[in-house]
Amino acid sequence: MFKHLISAALAALLITPAARAEDLKMAVTTSFHNSGLADVLLPAIKDDTGIDVQLLVVGTGQALRLGAAGDVDAILVHAKAAEEAFVAEGNATHRREIMYNDFVIVGPSADPAGTADADKATTALGAIAAAKAPFVSRGDDSGTHKKELSLWAAAGVTPEGQWYRAVGAGMGAALNTASGMNAYILADRASWLNFGNKGDLALLFAGDPVLFNQYAYLPVNPAKHPHVKAELAVELEEWLTSPRAATLIDGYRVAGEQLFTFNAQAAD
Amino acid sequence: MLELWDGLLAAGRLLISFDPDLLEIALRSLQVTGVALIVASLIALPLAALLAVRRFRLRRATIAVLNALMGLPPVVVGLVVYVILSRSGPLGVLGLLFTPTAMIIAQVIIIVPLIASVGHQSLRDLWAEYHDLLLSMNTTQRQRIMTLLWDGRRALLTAALAGFGRGIGEVGAIMIVGGNIDHVTRVMTTAIALETGKGDFALALGLGFVLIALAIMVNLAIHWLSQTERGRRW
Repeated sequence: MFKHLISAALAALLITPAARAEDLKMAVTTSFHNSGLADVLLPAIKDDTGIDVQLLVVGTGQALRLGAAGDVDAILVHAKAAEEAFVAEGNATHRREIMYNDFVIVGPSADPAGTADADKATTALGAIAAAKAPFVSRGDDSGTHKKELSLWAAAGVTPEGQWYRAVGAGMGAALNTASGMNAYILADRASWLNFGNKGDLALLFAGDPVLFNQYAYLPVNPAKHPHVKAELAVELEEWLTSPRAATLIDGYRVAGEQLFTFNAQAAD
Repeated sequence: MLELWDGLLAAGRLLISFDPDLLEIALRSLQVTGVALIVASLIALPLAALLAVRRFRLRRATIAVLNALMGLPPVVVGLVVYVILSRSGPLGVLGLLFTPTAMIIAQVIIIVPLIASVGHQSLRDLWAEYHDLLLSMNTTQRQRIMTLLWDGRRALLTAALAGFGRGIGEVGAIMIVGGNIDHVTRVMTTAIALETGKGDFALALGLGFVLIALAIMVNLAIHWLSQTERGRRW
């Protein structure tokens, strides 16, 4: 009987999926993946180029770390300053802008801080700080977190105290927390629209150009990491900047709203 | 409460529709933890028997360390394995990061101390019983270990199933070293974490209930195959 168990287990060992020739590992941000756009783009990429893109869904900070260590072949993130530093350190050959979406301020529908009447994003955040209304911060060094910190700095507020709660988690987990405590939060529009546990939260402020969120593609530098699939990464970049990608990205709708705007420039 | 009900409904829907994605991740969960369990048992069970029959200088220290490591935090194991398997790490050339193999390695490290500790506890009692007999029969150390392992097999099965339980429900380590890549390294627990992140609690709970059912089925199947708890057997 024990022998049967062991032979059955050994049989299970041998059934391993065959390695695929054309697969490419790309680290992307949680906000990109939670938007659902990946589910539209990846099958199309597979059909057109034969590349099997394997997504590692992490925060921007971790995505950059994975790229710097050579553990992925390319990254798609949204934190311009960190990306430029990444290229300057020789971790990626270049940075290519693909598309943008925007950040929104979400909060309790009663809006105790009055953010809905604000004319600028910084004014809205200032109102939250002044009212000491609970605010959930990603606190995970992600692109969204970096954006939030830059907005606080622009608003001239040092966010600290009981009302400011850094959860150190991804967009979805942070939204769950905000929903649970009925707190304000800065989220990207895509994650917000796709989020299934809204509770009493509502979209209160959006539209300030400072909230635009540029996504860029960075292929990992093959000079630094010879094992990366540089040719596939180039092929993927060509696809992502192609008219076909533009149609799919601009045409992606959630609840009738366009989430992303394609803005890649043609190669020089 | 309503969400628990939604979760049960989601679990029912997933099972009735025989969702192919669900089948894939469930099989991968079983494969990763199953292989990890075999490898860990091959390491831990002889170690447990050796600790029972042999007296050596660091024996007590080894047992104490193994006991302490039963509580090894998976996320730390994941991080250490990640750093070692990373392209910039010492074993980076193997290219194992973000593969099921990396997940198996991490789970082996997590469950070896558990199986060895629990296994050693039961073999120690058995050894106290067998000690005089086996010594008087002038057995070799190898024979003593094999005797203990065979006669203690039912207690060791419990130790192995405890290891299986810790592995199949674990998410911290495999999330880091596996990366939760769809169709490559996504398993039940990382899928649950993903759906929770999307705020889809019903689907996350549904997957959770399926995972619990899976663990129960595996345990029942192993008990049935090894015919424990039957009349006139112990």
